[in-house]
This record gives sequence, C-alpha cells and structure tokens, in this order.
Amino acid sequence: MNNLIVLPIIIPFLTGIFLIFFAKHVVLQRTLSILSIFATIFVAIIVGKQIMTDGIQTLTFGGWPLPYGIAFVADMLAIVLVITANIVAVAALIFSFSTIGEDREKSYFYPLFQFMLLGVVGAFLTGDIFNLFVFFEVLLIASYVLIIIGGNKAQFRETIKYVIINIVSSTLFLIAVAYLYAVTGSLNMADLAQRIHSVEGEGILLVIAILFFLVFAMKGALFPLYFWLPGSYTVPPSAIAALFGGLLTKVGVYAIIRSFLIIFGMDSGFVQPFFFVIAGLTMVFGIFGAIASKDVRSIVAYNVIVAVGFMLMGVAFGTTTAIQGTIFYMVHDMIIKAGLFLLAGTIGYVASTHDYRQMGGLIKSYPALGWTFFLATLSLAGIPPFSGFVGKLLLIEGGFEVEQYLLVGISIAVSFLILYSLMRIFIHGFWGVSKLKEGEPRKAIGSLLFPSIFLVTLSIILGLGAEWFMPVFETIAKQLSDPTIYIDAVLKG
Amino acid sequence: MRLPRLNNVILETTTKVVSYLILAFAIYLFLAGHNNPGGGFVAGLVTASALVLNYLTFDMETIEKRKNFHFRIMIGIGLLLAVGTGLGGVLFGQAFLTHAFGMFDLPFLGETELATATIFDLGVYFVVVGVTMTIILSIGADE
Repeated sequence: MNNLIVLPIIIPFLTGIFLIFFAKHVVLQRTLSILSIFATIFVAIIVGKQIMTDGIQTLTFGGWPLPYGIAFVADMLAIVLVITANIVAVAALIFSFSTIGEDREKSYFYPLFQFMLLGVVGAFLTGDIFNLFVFFEVLLIASYVLIIIGGNKAQFRETIKYVIINIVSSTLFLIAVAYLYAVTGSLNMADLAQRIHSVEGEGILLVIAILFFLVFAMKGALFPLYFWLPGSYTVPPSAIAALFGGLLTKVGVYAIIRSFLIIFGMDSGFVQPFFFVIAGLTMVFGIFGAIASKDVRSIVAYNVIVAVGFMLMGVAFGTTTAIQGTIFYMVHDMIIKAGLFLLAGTIGYVASTHDYRQMGGLIKSYPALGWTFFLATLSLAGIPPFSGFVGKLLLIEGGFEVEQYLLVGISIAVSFLILYSLMRIFIHGFWGVSKLKEGEPRKAIGSLLFPSIFLVTLSIILGLGAEWFMPVFETIAKQLSDPTIYIDAVLKG
Repeated sequence: MRLPRLNNVILETTTKVVSYLILAFAIYLFLAGHNNPGGGFVAGLVTASALVLNYLTFDMETIEKRKNFHFRIMIGIGLLLAVGTGLGGVLFGQAFLTHAFGMFDLPFLGETELATATIFDLGVYFVVVGVTMTIILSIGADE
C-alpha cells in the first residue's frame, strides 16, 4: 500500500474542482493550474525513485483484498508516462496563457484542462480494466469540450465526428470488457493475466483480443481507423491541439502495450503478423497524408499517425530491445509532437495563414522560430544527436533481431519522408522572398516561442543524455517483457 | 417568443403539495441506499424532477429571483465531498477511499449505523442534482 501513487490523479482533480468555483478569476486559475502540474511532477518523481529501489508500487482503493478491489499500479512505464504527460501539459498550459483568449478562459478552460490530465494520468496508473474504461471516458468527455470550446463552425463540424467515433469505440470497449468478464470472471489486469492461461478454447480469447485491439486502434488512430484524427486535431486552438497530439493517441498505444504484453500475450501466431501489417499500413498511409496536405497543422497531425505506426511496430517485434525502443520513442514523440503543434500554431500566427505555399521569408523576421522548427524537424525525423534517433535505432535493432527486414525498410523509408514532409514547411515558409505585407511590424512572439523551445531543448537533452536515461528504460523493458513481475507485484505485494 | 401567462391555479396548487412529497421520497431513497434499492444517484434525479416541476409550473424568473446560488457550484461541492471522503482514509493512515462505519446511539433513532460512505453518496447526490439542473436550465434559457 502506497497512498502516494493516487496523488497524481488527486492533485489535478482537486485543482479542477477548486477552479470551478473561481471561473472568473483568470489570474488565480492560471497560477493554480501551473502549480498543480508541478506538484504532480514532483510526486511522480518521488514515486519513480521508490520504484527504482523497491520495485512496482501498488495501492488498492479502500484496502480491499485483490482481486476484489480496484488497484492502482505504478510500474516504471506508467510513472515515466505520467511525468512526460505533465511536462507536455506545462508547455501547453504556458502556451495557452497568451493564445487561448479571455472568453475561453472564463468558460471553464482550466478546469477541463485539469480533468483531461486527470483522465490521462488515471489511465496510465490503473490496474483494472473497467477502471481503464472509466478513465478513458473522463479524458474523452473533457476532450469533447476542449475541442468545441469557443464554438466556431469548423469546431462544431469536427466535434460531431469526433464524438460519434469515440462513442462507438467506447461502446465497443464496454462490449469487449463484458466478453472478457464472461470468459474469465475477473476485471483486475494482473488477475486476468493469470486466469487467461486456464481459459478453454484459444478462439474466443483471440476474438476478444482483436476486439480490444480495434477499440484501442480507434483511440490511438491506427490504420484503417485514423480517419477522424486530422480534422479534429486541426480545428481547436494550438495549445489544445498540442495537448491532444501529445497525449491522447499515446493513451491508446499504452493500452495496447498493457493489454497485449501483460494480459493476452503476443504468442498466438496470429497477433504478431496482424500487428506487422497494421503497423506498416499505418506508417505508409500516415506519411501519404502528411505529404499530400499543404496545411501546416494538418501535416503535423498526419505525423501523429505515422508515429503511432512506429510504436505499434515496436510492440509487434516484442523483443526487449524493441520494447525499450518503443517506450523511448513514445516519450520522445509525446514531447516533440506537442512542440511541433505549438510551433505550427506560432507559424500560423506570424504568417496569418496555415498554408505553407503562401508563406515565405519568415527566417528574416523570426530567426529563433525558424531554427527551433528546424531542430524539431530533425528530431522528429531521427537525426542524431536528437532523441528521435535513439528510439528509432533501438526499434530497428529490435527489427533485425526478429528478422523483419521489410518492415524495418518501410520504417526507414518513412523516416526520410517525415523529414521531407516537414522540411517543405521550412523551405517554403522560412526561406525565399518574404510574403509578409510591406511595412507590417514584427509580431512579438516571445511568450509563444518559449514553450516550444523548452520542449525542443528537452528532446535534445533526451537524445544527448540517452545514457543517463537508459537505466529507466531498461527497467521498463524488463518489467514489460516478463508479465510475471507485474502479476506478482500486484497480487502478492 | 414569450407565451402569454396562463392562470394555472390547479397546476400551481398541486405542484406546491406534490413537490414536498417528491422531496421526501428523495430523502427516503437517499437514506435507504445502503441496504435497499436507492442511493445518491436516484435520489439526485428525483430531487431534480421536483425542481423541474417547479420550473415548469412557475416561470423561470420567479424561481431565479428567490434562489441565490448557481447549480454549477453544487457540482463542485459534490465533487469536493466525494474526494474529501476518499482523502479521509488517507489521513488515518489507511488506503485511499477506505470507509469507516460505526454504531451510534442517536436521540429519537436509537442504535443507528453511520458510515462515511453516506458522505460519498451525498457528494454523488449534489453532482447529479447540479448536472441535471444545469443541463435543463441552460437548454431552457436559450433564446
């Protein structure tokens, strides 16, 4: 029992509640929001240290014996993702201070921000599959409101699509949980993982596993269920889009990692080839979308899909190296993708357009913005010494271990195209003749640029200092590649 | 568009009587929840139905003039109560959401079992009333 691990959800929850009472006090809302995120990061780091020394930490609500109560399980993966999610949230929050506008700030933007964070963190930490569903709903309902808040025409259009697709996938999730409960009679993940081996008939388990995969694929935007993403990630303000791009799809990937590495296992002979095909198609179709679009925000949004393909590929390889690479890539992608969404918003603000063909010569007026964007592009494409390189290298190593040369080839080719898709923005937007209006004064973008610089710096630190962080990722890979560690920690701890 | 004010004597008189009955039933449901069907959720919905009946019978301005709080605040109070009960367990060194109960000798009622789960339920009750009324009033007030 360790009550500390419930604090990462209690802190944003209490903050969100307090902010409901003070909806009109903008300064108070900003201060409390940012303080609560720092408090969460602080607590998460303490818990992380405990995991390093004492192993996986667990807490059962109400002190009920397992598997009867709801368990919170903080293993290294969960806590690393909690910290990363909160770092991304800090950047998005600071960016929102200067961009979100007073109307939104007074219509419960900050409470919703906190509630969405609560849902994301809860989904990472929970050890109960129905509780996972509840936290998915918490983050989704907050995200529905965050997309539509402000209420222009495009937002209404995309919110309808987003809400419908997510209601369908949530219903499927519920049905899948019902099937799983009927077959095994348990909802606790560790208990499920134990019972799953004694279930008669592989067939029904495979069906349930694929049903779960479809649900999480819809949340995480995998081929062919990614069609809702580009629209709904381009219409909200950049601070909200950054939060979505950094966090939401990764919760889906996290759920796939949890359910397939802990509960179902990858060894059924069907799951692994199936994952290979889906991962390959996701990367290819995602990058097609990114190359085809001319809108800066939509190029970044399609790159979210590509990244999810990379992560699924690592899960499918299943070796310790590949899992380590997947998690490293996931952390890197959360940071850099949020940074890119913020940069896309800043570029759109200074150029007064989101179409890169109508920009030009921005580098003369905004050199800092240009070079930050350049570094972010290199990091996403995986050029050493940035963080994208380390993750991709480990993924490719994992691919060679299982001799999946075709998929590795696709991923390398896609990496080139990622570089191409973003470098077009740099070449068209920042080089060439300035298309800004004559005599137009340079806009002050210091406060907009600061969060992106912060995230890109983090990405560089993560890449250069990969050696320092590697023990953490090795612990994660060790805990994930042997499900018995997780099961024993939960059921016997 | 504004409807002409009708003289609904029968409806208004019935509402005055029936509202108290519905509210009493809501209190019964709330307290019965531990051992019988009922609980915070249903009690909240029944309370909201009594309030909606009042809003339907008398017009919105009449009630808003008498009422000096927002239903949105109720959501916050309810959530605070629920989280507070959970944190109560933490204060006494137990796991989060640990509930306590005990037998107390109360005046009039005699030996009664009191549980902190009731406070959690009260939180649920407030949230349900607050959410239901906020939804209905914000749709109803839309011109």
